[in-house]
Amino acid sequence: MKSAPPSIAAVVEGLVASLKHQPGALLPILHAVQDELTYVPDEVIAIIADGLNQTRAEISGVISFYHHFRRTPPGDHVLQICRAEACQARGAKQLESHIKQRLNIDYHQTSADGRVSLEPVYCLGNCSCGPSIRIGDAIYGRVSPARFEQLLDDMTTQVVELV
Amino acid sequence: MTLQIFVPSDTTACSLGADTIAAAIELAAVQSGADIELIRNGSRGLFWLEPMVEVETPAGRVAYGPVEISDVDGLLKSGLLDGNLDHPLCQGLTEEIPFLKNQQRLTFARLGLGDPLSIEHYLAHAGFRGLQHALSLSPADRVQQVTDSGLRGRGGAAFPTGIKWKTVLDAEDDQKYIVCNADEGDSGTFADRLVMECDPYILIEGMVIAGLAVGANQGYIYLRSEYPLAQRIMNEAIARARAAGYLGGNICGSGRQFELEVRLGAGAYICGEETALLESLEGKRGMVRAKPPLPALKGLFAKPTVVNNVLSLAALPFIFDQGAQAYADVGMGRSRGTLPFQLAGNVRQGGLVELAFGVSLRELMDDFGGGTFTGRPLKAVQVGGPLGAYLPESQWDTPLDYEAFAAIGAVLGHGGVVMFDDTVDMGEQARFSMEFCVVESCGKCTPCRIGSTRGVEVIDKIRSGQQPEANLALLDELCTTMIDGSLCAMGGMTPFPVQSVMKYFADDLRPLADRER
Repeated sequence: MKSAPPSIAAVVEGLVASLKHQPGALLPILHAVQDELTYVPDEVIAIIADGLNQTRAEISGVISFYHHFRRTPPGDHVLQICRAEACQARGAKQLESHIKQRLNIDYHQTSADGRVSLEPVYCLGNCSCGPSIRIGDAIYGRVSPARFEQLLDDMTTQVVELV
Repeated sequence: MTLQIFVPSDTTACSLGADTIAAAIELAAVQSGADIELIRNGSRGLFWLEPMVEVETPAGRVAYGPVEISDVDGLLKSGLLDGNLDHPLCQGLTEEIPFLKNQQRLTFARLGLGDPLSIEHYLAHAGFRGLQHALSLSPADRVQQVTDSGLRGRGGAAFPTGIKWKTVLDAEDDQKYIVCNADEGDSGTFADRLVMECDPYILIEGMVIAGLAVGANQGYIYLRSEYPLAQRIMNEAIARARAAGYLGGNICGSGRQFELEVRLGAGAYICGEETALLESLEGKRGMVRAKPPLPALKGLFAKPTVVNNVLSLAALPFIFDQGAQAYADVGMGRSRGTLPFQLAGNVRQGGLVELAFGVSLRELMDDFGGGTFTGRPLKAVQVGGPLGAYLPESQWDTPLDYEAFAAIGAVLGHGGVVMFDDTVDMGEQARFSMEFCVVESCGKCTPCRIGSTRGVEVIDKIRSGQQPEANLALLDELCTTMIDGSLCAMGGMTPFPVQSVMKYFADDLRPLADRER
């Protein structure tokens, strides 16, 4: 396995050192790594394994078990569409088709311009006001295709402003 | 005099623009020189009116909703700041809205009244009174209170909470844990989220009481990662409660110790199953454990552990403040107290409805829900999350009671009620139940891991007209195998919605080509 670039390795070593002493430290460490780096790169698995005195297989096994953890970098925005029943009852499937077509991607893919990664989610707890989506940490309810277009515009605008 | 205006800050209100509305009202007040205090309260749980803006008047709080950003100017011009009742969005006095007035809010009595993070507000509304009473009791008496209240696990399994606690109390060990299951993964449920976002101290108080009762000094809240706002609010509430002496080494000066921490899940539905949750808390894959040993004896890190749902723990402050009998006085049969129902899906008036057990499902959907959102006829209702049966109209008069639902092969679960109008294709819903199990099965046992994949395939064959009769028989057998052979409720209950579609919506399972004829 190739060695991690110094910056990533240093970041992860720091996180591991600060969190490893709490009981059941692996999930808090993985969350901290993903919050910091936007994903959990393969090259940090050995660092985490060393820090916790576990095997790399054990760490990989935990990462792959949980839908939340990503092993590749996402686009600028992570867009989650709720696929669960309450949102289905309010037109989530139609919204899902609209969004997939609009972005020209399927779930677990990133748009060609690198702006949006699309993921399914099973319930955002906004079940009286579906269909619901999540962009970053913000949740949106009663999302019609028209409202989605507005949100997509906002996402794109913000990115331009940052650049 | 300063006028109090309330704009909710919970996920649902914010998902519909509450932050922008709050900012617009504040700006307008500054520009007009009006003397207002804008309070970001929790939601009242009347979600169809969100964002619901309230204004304090001499007669009580007046509600306006659902407010859109384009309404703010008009509202202000028509005298929002003076409590004008003439605006078309005005719902009158909040407390008089039938949806709210006709509820029996015991656990959610404080919901949406004020700033969720204000300890002063919590104390002013009976906060920590249950804890004070619990501190005056012996551990055995604390457990007895819960037993006497008749409280059963609100996560869905409905196991008597007092019995679980007594097992942990009687277990000899120097380390015990209280684990709060806040992995509210069922579609159609949001009551746990409302507790954590809108009244977080009630959960802290409940967990401290549980710790005192069974002799545990460490608690964990296992919270799903889909609830980022609940995480922020709980963490802040824990910090403030610690600073005020309600957590830490000397609770309310009693010399007793209890520490509490929020741990984040990572998007795995199965971690709502208590043993998978414990594995996850230990830093492992969320694989279901075989029982026995019970978590009450060998739970987190193999120590005696109480695993309770958010709503079970949040019911405790009322029980300890008002007495076990006050809680047990409402309900029906062996279902004592209240259940916070959650009206969701295709519903006109969705939101949180806390009621004593015993009301019929139809009353809940008609009197509170007001029928479907689309106005079309209601076709099916899924109660109790993705593992709950789809109920046809002939079953809507069933009383909301654990035993009555069990008698018709259904579950109340965590109280989620998801309504579907007549455009729903129930064959597709049956397929989704199996598909969800494919995605979320932990993979430990074969009936769940492989059965769900075969289930999707068989349903696809039926729908595409490949030997539909033979494949329906196969599906029936597969369901039985999953129910009888799975290790936990994931594989053991996934067939419930499928079987209900086979039994009550059989037309929708016919080959698509036949149905189009």
